Amino acid sequence: MATAVMTTLDPKSRAASRGMSDLAIRNLFIIPTILFLIVFNIFPLAYSLGYSFTDFRASTNAPANFVGLQNYRDLLNDPYIWNNFAVTAKYVIISVVGQVVVGFGTAMLLNRDIPFKGLITTLLLLPMMLSMAVVGLFWKLLYDPSWGVINWALGLGKFEWLGDPRMALYAVAITDIWMWAPFVMLLSLAGLSAVPKHLYEAAAIDRAGPFYTFFRITLPLVAPILMIAIIFRTMEAFKTFDLAYVLSTQPSTEVIAIRLYKMAFQEWQTGRSCALAYIVLIMVLAITNIYVKYLNKVKER
Amino acid sequence: MRMSLTSILAGISLALACGTSVHAQDKQLTIFWAEWDPSNYLQELGNLYEKETGVKIVVETTPWADFQTKAFAEFNAHGNAYDLVVGDSQWLGAASEGGHYVDLTDFVKEHNVLDKMAEATVKYYAEYPGGSGKYWAIPTEGDAVGWSYRKDWFEDPKEKEAFKAKYGYELDVPKTFKELTDIAEFFHRPDENRYGIAIYTQNQYDGLAMGVENALFSYGAELGDYATYKVDGIVNSDKAVAALENYRKLYEFTPPGWTNAFFVENNQAITEGLAAMSMNYFAFFPSLLNESTNPNAKNTGFFANPAGPDGDQFAALGGQGISIVSYSDNKEEAMKFLEWFIRDDTQQKWAELGGYTCNKAVLESEAFQNATPYNKAFYETMFKVKDFWAVPEYAELLQQFNQRIYPFVVNGQGTAKEALDAVAGDWEATFKKYGRVQ
Repeated sequence: MATAVMTTLDPKSRAASRGMSDLAIRNLFIIPTILFLIVFNIFPLAYSLGYSFTDFRASTNAPANFVGLQNYRDLLNDPYIWNNFAVTAKYVIISVVGQVVVGFGTAMLLNRDIPFKGLITTLLLLPMMLSMAVVGLFWKLLYDPSWGVINWALGLGKFEWLGDPRMALYAVAITDIWMWAPFVMLLSLAGLSAVPKHLYEAAAIDRAGPFYTFFRITLPLVAPILMIAIIFRTMEAFKTFDLAYVLSTQPSTEVIAIRLYKMAFQEWQTGRSCALAYIVLIMVLAITNIYVKYLNKVKER
Repeated sequence: MRMSLTSILAGISLALACGTSVHAQDKQLTIFWAEWDPSNYLQELGNLYEKETGVKIVVETTPWADFQTKAFAEFNAHGNAYDLVVGDSQWLGAASEGGHYVDLTDFVKEHNVLDKMAEATVKYYAEYPGGSGKYWAIPTEGDAVGWSYRKDWFEDPKEKEAFKAKYGYELDVPKTFKELTDIAEFFHRPDENRYGIAIYTQNQYDGLAMGVENALFSYGAELGDYATYKVDGIVNSDKAVAALENYRKLYEFTPPGWTNAFFVENNQAITEGLAAMSMNYFAFFPSLLNESTNPNAKNTGFFANPAGPDGDQFAALGGQGISIVSYSDNKEEAMKFLEWFIRDDTQQKWAELGGYTCNKAVLESEAFQNATPYNKAFYETMFKVKDFWAVPEYAELLQQFNQRIYPFVVNGQGTAKEALDAVAGDWEATFKKYGRVQ
């Protein structure tokens, strides 16, 4: 039935009455998309791979010289780049774990009959709808040791959230958690409400404890959708830029995307930044692949 | 169907034809600059030009953080969106070697720009490579780093008495870095929510570097030999080490969390009553005198960067020169605008509107020096400014400088000597990479 809808056109439709065949309609929709992808995604991707083996600088008119793997060698030997990767890894772990704990926890709290449930859910989703740069600027003011609301509310005096190099990354991650935990919450809520009620009833009859119920019923059934949320958030956290860039200039918060931006658009080291972008791309692909494998395994269960 | 297509095509070509003819009738020059008050003043000046000649001047702007990226993205694409650009002094190398700027050497010589403008401004805003006699810009917005301070705190008799008892000399506007440091320490009172000093610390692009340069140059140190690219033994000389140590000491008297501060934060230090003294570009001082933006406007004073221990007195250069973009379609018109712009009467108007002119005659006039409380300090500073490297790879040098210096200044990691030795090593390697030294 579904394939029939895909391949033949409703004879009463407007397109059919204009004399267009279903093949023409299909091409009309698909060819521009494929062209768009080739021109704006595939072509630059291949082109920048070529650049990554040269010493090209976009800011000069000098021709690009082929340097082989020099860019990759230099980058992988640069301790500052390794530090950028370490900072990024730390940030991804703190931020994604935080979002899952807070998001899933909130979803558990909301997954019951409480008054104003719809209103509360909507309000909780608000942070997600703001612009990253604006959130960064607001939180910079909130964290300010001299007039910030956070220190005042928590009675922390002059605590330097962003000034302390050890604390700065956590401060950026907290902002990210505030902003994106609702996203995890939303997906978890969808997963939670899909768990059949009779499973809980059966567990209750068997006198299963709350921990047993959570780990044996709730978590396995929500896991696939939770994994999707985690994949999205990991990819986003890996390439995070705006929040960290706006909030702090501590070396301990210089994630790889910031270094890449500086290299590409402030220093105009086009060849080398293409190489760095490829290293990041390979890493993201590898991590995503592991996740997807795991997701498929979870689904099979 | 065919009829309608033909008519649409006809319509489009008609619109295009009208468009080009309208364009040819009223000529327009587009100038690109950053988004700040001086761009508005330049637009007002441009309006005067339009009245005189009929050529419309449009000043297009973008926020500072975006300025370099956007300008070079346009240059790299050989775009003709901008006819002129008021570019940062450090861009000269990249823009001239990249072929993005029109060579103005003949123009400069023909119109005696060298005699009309303050020497340092021509040297840093227009000439590249240094000492080559080749010019790529006309000095436009002179700027340097100066200081603002709280007059009421400095003039309070009780404070004066306490200061004299502690340091043995009168509390007054600092003449040396030693006095600057003493005063910062004296006013640093975290329990009263008052702090000594606000300095640049932002670890991005040229933020921190501009601040450190102020100490470095006044201590008699240099960033390197701009002619031979020698850096070892210069940027890490004993004087440079002492200057950096002094900058680190000043950092200890900044307000809490002063780890990401540039011009916005440093003006806030004064408007929020946080600090006794604050470094900033002169271009940001007008808003400190405006009572609607600074509640302490009446009590804000200004001074030039103080001298170092050996009496050297210099300041880090900000500011920009105006250049013609090679890819512009209106280069002739742009030249005519520059001819008008460098006239003494135009420069006089430029200063009156609020632009920081580099014109010697205007700078030296009594009227200019007394026009605002900071003009005198500006005049004094503009004849003793020094700048960062202007080579095409300057942004890499800045990044390496920040990477090494920031952990020492802000986080107290390592020593000044270690940090500057590392800078010398990084810079040497970079100059080798680009074939400037063997």
